[in-house]
Amino acid sequence: MKKKYLVIIYSIAIFIFFVLYLSLGKNKIYSTQDNIGKKIPEVQLNYFDKDGHFDTKEISNSKFTLLNFWASWCGPCRKEHKYLMELSVSSNLIIIGINFKDEKKNAMKFLSEMGNPFSVLTTDFDGKKSINFGIYGIPETILINEDLKIIKKYVGPIDDKDVRQIKKIINK
Amino acid sequence: MKILSIIIILLFNNTISFSNENKKNEILKNLRCLVCQGQTISDSNSDFALTIKDVVDEKVNEGLSKKEIYSFLSDKYGDWILFNTPLKKNSYFLWFMPYILFILGGVFLYLVIKKRAQK
Amino acid sequence: MLSSFGITVSTISLLLSLSLLYLSYYDLKLSNNKISKKIYKFAFSQILFIFLSFVTLIIAYIISDFSLINVYENSHTTKPLFYKISGTWGNHEGSLLLWINILVLFSFLFLILNKDKNKNFKLYTIIFQNLLISAFLIFLLTNSNPFSSLYPIPTEGTGLNPILQDPALAIHPPLLYIGFVGSSIYFSIALAALITKVESKSLALTIKPWVSVSWTFQTLGILVGSIWAYYELGWGGFWFWDPVENSSLMPWFLMTALLHSVLVLERRIGLYSWVIILSILTFTMSVVGTFLVRSGILNSVHTFANDPSRGLFILSFLALMVFSSIFIFFKYAPVENKNYKIFSKESFILINNWFMVFFLAVVLIGTLYPVFLDTLTGQKISVGPPYYNFILAPFLLPLLFLMTSGPRHKWISSNVIGIFNIALFTSIILFFVIFLSINEGGLLLLLILLFSVYLITQTTFDFYETFKNKNINLSRIISHFGFGLLILSISLNQIFSVEKSFNAKLGDEKNFQNYTIKFKNLETFSKNNFKSVKGHFEIIDKKNITSQNLTPEIRVYNQPETITYEASINTKLFSDTYLTMSNISNTDIFNIKFHMKPFMNFIWFSVLLISFGGILQFLRFEKRV
Repeated sequence: MKKKYLVIIYSIAIFIFFVLYLSLGKNKIYSTQDNIGKKIPEVQLNYFDKDGHFDTKEISNSKFTLLNFWASWCGPCRKEHKYLMELSVSSNLIIIGINFKDEKKNAMKFLSEMGNPFSVLTTDFDGKKSINFGIYGIPETILINEDLKIIKKYVGPIDDKDVRQIKKIINK
Repeated sequence: MKILSIIIILLFNNTISFSNENKKNEILKNLRCLVCQGQTISDSNSDFALTIKDVVDEKVNEGLSKKEIYSFLSDKYGDWILFNTPLKKNSYFLWFMPYILFILGGVFLYLVIKKRAQK
Repeated sequence: MLSSFGITVSTISLLLSLSLLYLSYYDLKLSNNKISKKIYKFAFSQILFIFLSFVTLIIAYIISDFSLINVYENSHTTKPLFYKISGTWGNHEGSLLLWINILVLFSFLFLILNKDKNKNFKLYTIIFQNLLISAFLIFLLTNSNPFSSLYPIPTEGTGLNPILQDPALAIHPPLLYIGFVGSSIYFSIALAALITKVESKSLALTIKPWVSVSWTFQTLGILVGSIWAYYELGWGGFWFWDPVENSSLMPWFLMTALLHSVLVLERRIGLYSWVIILSILTFTMSVVGTFLVRSGILNSVHTFANDPSRGLFILSFLALMVFSSIFIFFKYAPVENKNYKIFSKESFILINNWFMVFFLAVVLIGTLYPVFLDTLTGQKISVGPPYYNFILAPFLLPLLFLMTSGPRHKWISSNVIGIFNIALFTSIILFFVIFLSINEGGLLLLLILLFSVYLITQTTFDFYETFKNKNINLSRIISHFGFGLLILSISLNQIFSVEKSFNAKLGDEKNFQNYTIKFKNLETFSKNNFKSVKGHFEIIDKKNITSQNLTPEIRVYNQPETITYEASINTKLFSDTYLTMSNISNTDIFNIKFHMKPFMNFIWFSVLLISFGGILQFLRFEKRV
């Protein structure tokens, strides 16, 4: 009887310690990966460089689309910009820029200095529209397939590896 | 009887006195600020929190219910953003285990006391 | 210089602990009745050296010796002397050294204060305690050394996080550590008692003072931490059910359970094994808390910097400790004497333990479940205040009721009358008085109000009775009264709080309910380690026709660069007015948060009362021996 209790208690303890051990090595950075596989929400975004607005319903369903949330005040955005430029030449990909809580003057200066990779340039001046895409800090980048479903989500600046991954997906 | 009527009034009173302001405050207190360390949106001064506050404000004014606002946000950010853990398959253990333990503890205690009191 | 001195001194402490282990083990086999003089000498040197290492670290902080990485990372020359000193334990390594100092202090006090106890019982206690000390010293020296040196020596440190520069937070860790590290001594005592088969009364008398001391300090530590959160974080709350706060609460529940069941053990023979289990669990929970806080597996407001290797060490240590204590328990657990009758008062104490263990389980599940779910399935969920309030609040009702009627039962007879008495009658009247002045709040909250009022009136009656017959336990009355007052104040605070958050520009005026808030002025100034934007506000209460001026600040500290939001709080006897502001980026608009927080002083005061009961119990015990 005593032995049985001992075995039960030991097994529970071993299980708990094992899980705690596994949890030590876990990556603690949160990302909204749950959104992958969902259809993108219907949102109207104001054009940044002209009047009127862009509706996400207009997103092409013959090509892949990359939504990039950026701002001139964001340091990491500068770092990832050259990769966006690199991707902008791909024929099978449209890049939509969503400028996040930024001043038009600074944003335009940023683009004239670093180049403009965006086929469509829109703005989210108060950051509320971005909530619909599950954005909580920039830069964030979302890759959408022909069915308008989200297939990849990158939190933080994209890098060499991400560019290769994106190219592989769109050139399939 | 008097007490009973008071209770009914209280319960009733409670539901109608819920203003938009209270509703907003309650929602903000139940949301996690994702860019902070364990802070609620209501407590946080971060940029993200301020945006969420605006969005919740907007949705409350549009007349959305608490439930609708929670599900809108959890749809975008996952259940991680909700401090009032929704009752789902993955949280049954969390919500029911305490009661099970309480009952088990009570039964155990009752047996011990009963057994010893007889002797 | 100080670096190598510190390392030497702590290494000597480790060697002394290991020698103590050897000596005590050797002494077990000797047949004389007294513990050998050598052990006393070694224990004395041990405490001397470990204090010396702590003092060395404090001196390094005072003279800003940046050749120590730890000082470089957590201090700065321009910091006030007081915060230089408190910075010593404001970080992982330094606080670990404080941890060890308390382990040694309790070990030493135990050795010299229990002169007439059974020799082997004492020796085993010293052995277990020194096993803990050695393990933590090895951890300190190999993984988290506060004396690690840095070369080339920087001329300036990186500074202490400004929100930690606060008097409450300076004393919070020492208080809390005396509380939960202090529980190590009854962990060791319990294991030693098992092995040497100490009888129940002797065990109860041995652990009782340690339990009251650690419980008192734990209570005070939690109080001070809570006060800090209220004044410094600027969120307008005092308890957030944050995982780190929960870590300090978990051992507290067990200490409370122990504090009560020891009373039974002292008078009668029951509960021997149960007291042992509680003693072991209390310290285990303390180490679990330390693991949760320092391994960085939790997402919390208060985490120390993350480092998985630390977590791994504490986890391995914890596992070793748990497995060996379970083993010792099963090997030596006595066959409980089942031939005694449980009387009513004992049942009440057992019911108290049932509730305490339940509260512990809720908090433990709430804290760990998200970690387990994430690790096992990758799903992330949050557990916050709504969960704890929902589960725990209903259980306050029976708890308050039992706290009122339980202690009035005699030890031997079991009569049930005396529950419906004059106190209940008085409290119902009082309740209606309160009720008439309230027009909102849920039913549950009101019932909690009723029961806490009942507890308060009943303990007041009990207090009156102590003067008639001097036999009643005053410490119990004060603690229970304090708890009743605490729950009452928290409930009233919940019901009467006013909260308003709005955006305003300089010169704006905001009207709501009975209040008008005027944003009158904005000034900027700089001090030697921060720049500040200070708002001047006038708050007019139209109902009571009073006006008060509050000045919340936004501070930008330079070492390290941090923004803090300083709440401006006007404390009055019955109510606090609380104002914070934050700027909205790229605009001249500020977000203003206004709180009217009634009964805050009563909340602090009632926790003080609760811990005062602990002090009284300790003194009462001292008198009797």
